Amino acid sequence: MTNPIIQATIEFLKAFWAPLLCGVAIVAVLPLIVGYIVLVERKLMADMQARLGPMRVGPHGLLQPIADAVKLLIKEDIIPDNADKLVFWLAPVLSVGAALLSLAGLAIGPAFQIAQDINIGILFVVGVSALGIFGIVLGGWASNSHYSLMGALRSSAQLVSYETAAGMALVSALLFTGTLNIKSIVEAQSNEGIWFVMLAPVAFFTYLVASIAETNRAPFDLPEAESELVAGYMTEFSGFRWSLYFLAEYANMIVVASVATTLFLGGWLRPFSKVHELPGFHLLNLLDFVPVLLMVAIGVYCLQRTPKQPTRVQQMFMFAVAGLCFVLGLVLLVPVVVPIAKPFYAGIHGGFWFILKVSLYIYFFMWLRFTIPRYRFDQLMRLGWHFLIPLSIVNVLLVGVALIAGSYFHLQGWGLLLVTTPAAIITLIVAFLILAIEKEHGAPQDQSAASDFYAG
Amino acid sequence: MARRRINLPLRISMLDKVLFYFFAGTAVASGLITALLATAGIFLQLRAEFLFIVQIILYVGGIMVLFVFVIMLVNLDVALQQIQFARQRWVGLFVALALAAQVSFMFWTSGKMPGQGLPVLTAAAATKLPPNSEAVARSLFESYLLPFEIASVLLLVAMIGAVVMAKKRA
Repeated sequence: MTNPIIQATIEFLKAFWAPLLCGVAIVAVLPLIVGYIVLVERKLMADMQARLGPMRVGPHGLLQPIADAVKLLIKEDIIPDNADKLVFWLAPVLSVGAALLSLAGLAIGPAFQIAQDINIGILFVVGVSALGIFGIVLGGWASNSHYSLMGALRSSAQLVSYETAAGMALVSALLFTGTLNIKSIVEAQSNEGIWFVMLAPVAFFTYLVASIAETNRAPFDLPEAESELVAGYMTEFSGFRWSLYFLAEYANMIVVASVATTLFLGGWLRPFSKVHELPGFHLLNLLDFVPVLLMVAIGVYCLQRTPKQPTRVQQMFMFAVAGLCFVLGLVLLVPVVVPIAKPFYAGIHGGFWFILKVSLYIYFFMWLRFTIPRYRFDQLMRLGWHFLIPLSIVNVLLVGVALIAGSYFHLQGWGLLLVTTPAAIITLIVAFLILAIEKEHGAPQDQSAASDFYAG
Repeated sequence: MARRRINLPLRISMLDKVLFYFFAGTAVASGLITALLATAGIFLQLRAEFLFIVQIILYVGGIMVLFVFVIMLVNLDVALQQIQFARQRWVGLFVALALAAQVSFMFWTSGKMPGQGLPVLTAAAATKLPPNSEAVARSLFESYLLPFEIASVLLLVAMIGAVVMAKKRA
């Protein structure tokens, strides 16, 4: 009899070597993806503010993320003297660990999912990603600094308040499927032929707002409000530890965007994915060529920009980017045209549409960040408790009633809109009622309302 | 002798054993958060995935965050100077002994009386399990609707009471 732990490890590797490899791959690739999301965010911010953004490293700043990563890795690692060393070390790891673990439950297209077919799929993703709050709270507490503690307090209060609204929004979408399994949720949307964002628009809105608050993004980025708290819970962190927090924040963005995509935006389904069954709508199947055209367009644009690059290295890099786009376009084209490659169609195109929807969701986050000024903390709390939570509870009730009415009239697919649209309209009326009551009885809007102690 | 049989697909491998002892040891001998997580792990090993995730969302992600929140608000140095705990040592001892007696009685009777005591776990060859959350929902809203409602009303009363008490102080 060998050592039981060794034996158990061997059994584990035998049973789970494939998910383990995928997990390692995700952990290895995610920092790069996050780096490029940051680059896109900086470029977008520059564009909206009529600047150029990062331009120096690589053509159009395309290598900036790598330079940033090197800078972060070789920065000095400072631990404050009075910090709790163990917790200070543990906190960023907890934060990023929870975010990465929840990525395992997501399905990027029908073919790519690490933890395959778990019955509680969506709950797993939401629940595990919520554990990241411990990293923030413990990090703020362990730094032994007032700014950090304030940031951590705000963050935990914010997350606990908005989690209820987000959960209720998820419930009203889940009412349509009756399952928590991610694949079944997308299949339900495929069978109905309609995305749940049409059936439950109010729930989508609630989830959108709550997910911005949960990922601590602007306009709800009060835990790290630089004008009040330096950097909130990250104030005392530097170098690699800081970059772990950063990684966790962006991984959480990907997670909430993927949850919203799966539940509300049809997951990996193409727009109008069921039209080939209807008469006279065959032309919409040409949408299959949209991914290819998109890739080719980007490639052609890169080629067109190539001669304008100042140095020969940059020209070659631009050329390589164009080539990559053409290769991707070819990969997307083959399953549509070649009959033998048809089995790969679902996986490849599903992945494309899923990533496209997630990117659009994240783009919306950034757009909002550069458009709307930051909320005050009491405004944030009032929005959560006095508006979003009542709204989402009313919405769950009304969606339930609409579903019962729908099953009474044997409605399906687009027909369900007949009952869910009135439900959404009634919910909107309730929302305006709540706002009116709030205006009449609410706390005074002046600065004295902000005198609670989270406000710093 | 008719023992209650519950068919669980327990394919006990060495991996399961090692994981179980790891979770059990963590649950007994560690802090509150890790103990709750370890209990969740044991739920998962019993293939009760819904209980697993509810344990994580509710206890670890919800209640423990509130605990940590309160711990950060309260100045611990001041709180430590006032002795607040261990006043009811004898009551606590009595309750613990009574509970121990109850549990050991259940273990003792498990082989003696038909239909009572501990259920016997037998391994079944099922590879695909019925969804656990549906089973929980059925037992909550069909078999045990009344106790469930009573518990909900109790929680509601407690919540309203807390709100009223908090309002009085302000």
